[in-house]
Amino acid sequence: MNTVNRTAGEYAHHFENADHEFETSKFGIWLFLCTEVLMFGGLFVAYFLFSNLYPETFVEGAKYLDWKYGAINTAVLLLSSFTMVLGIYYAQNNNTKKCVTSLSITLVCGFIFMFIKYLEYAHKIEMGLLPGEMFSFAEAQSSNLGLYFSVYYMMTGLHGSHVLVGMGLIFWCILRARKGEFNSKYYTPIECVGLFWHLVDLIWIYLFPLLYLID
Amino acid sequence: MSAHNIVPFHVYRNVLLALLALTVLTVLVAKPVSGFDAGIFNFVIAMAIASVKAGLVLAFFMQLKYDNKLFLVIIVSTVFFLALLFGICTIDILTRPALTSTL
Repeated sequence: MNTVNRTAGEYAHHFENADHEFETSKFGIWLFLCTEVLMFGGLFVAYFLFSNLYPETFVEGAKYLDWKYGAINTAVLLLSSFTMVLGIYYAQNNNTKKCVTSLSITLVCGFIFMFIKYLEYAHKIEMGLLPGEMFSFAEAQSSNLGLYFSVYYMMTGLHGSHVLVGMGLIFWCILRARKGEFNSKYYTPIECVGLFWHLVDLIWIYLFPLLYLID
Repeated sequence: MSAHNIVPFHVYRNVLLALLALTVLTVLVAKPVSGFDAGIFNFVIAMAIASVKAGLVLAFFMQLKYDNKLFLVIIVSTVFFLALLFGICTIDILTRPALTSTL
C-alpha cells in the first residue's frame, strides 16, 4: 500500500517537492484527456461526414429527440462542473465539510443526468428507434434513419459511460475527503478527477447542439 | 505562478452564469425551437457558441488560464491531431469515385 503520507505534505522520493508531484500528475491527466478527445473525435468525424452525405436523415432523426431533455441535461452537467470546482476550492481552503457537500452535489447531478438519459433511451427503444439493423420504426421517412440512431447511440452511449466512470471516481473522492485526506497541501485526486469530469462536460457541450438542435 | 492557485469563488459563479446564459442562447437561435434561420450559418453559429462555452470551461474550470502553459501545448496538439483526423477522412470521402463507392 501507499506509505507516502501526502495529507501531511510528503511526496514520492523521485519528485523534487510536492508541487512537482502535483504538476506531474496533472500533466499525465492532460495527456490522457488528449487521447479521450481523439477517441470521441472518431465519432464526431462519423457524425460530420454522414450528416453531410445524408442531411435529410439527420434532420429527421433529430426530430425524434426532445431538445428540452437535452437542455436540462446541459444545465445539470454545467452545474455539476461548477460544484466540482467548488470541491477543489473548499479543499484548497481546508473546509472538508463543504468539500464533501460540493462533491456530493456533483455526484447527484451525475445521477440526474443518467436518469434523464434513461428516460430518453427507454422512450426510443419502445418506439423502435434503434441503431442500424435493429431499427424497427415503421413511420420513418428516410430509408437509412437507423444510421442516425447508430451515431446517436454510439455518441451518447460512450459519453454516458464516461459519466458513469466519472461518478465512480467522484464517489471515491468523497470517501477519501470524508476521512480528511485532502487539504490545501494535497488534493491531487480531486483535481485530476475534476479535469476528467470537465472533459465529459465539454464533450456534451458539443453533443447537445449537434444531436438535438439541427434543422 | 504557484501550482496551487486559488481562484475567488465569484469567478466560478460568474463563469457558471455565463455558461447557462450561452446554453439559453444556443436553444433560442436553434431553428427547430424558435424558427430562427440563418441558412448555412445555423451550424456555424451553434458551433461558435459551443466553442465559447468550451473555452470558458477550459480556461476557468480546468484552470488553464492560471496553470502551467505546458498543458496548453497538449491542447493545441490535440486540436491539431483532431483537425488531421477530420481533414484526411473528409478528403477520402469527397474524392471517392461515385461508381465504385460502397457508401
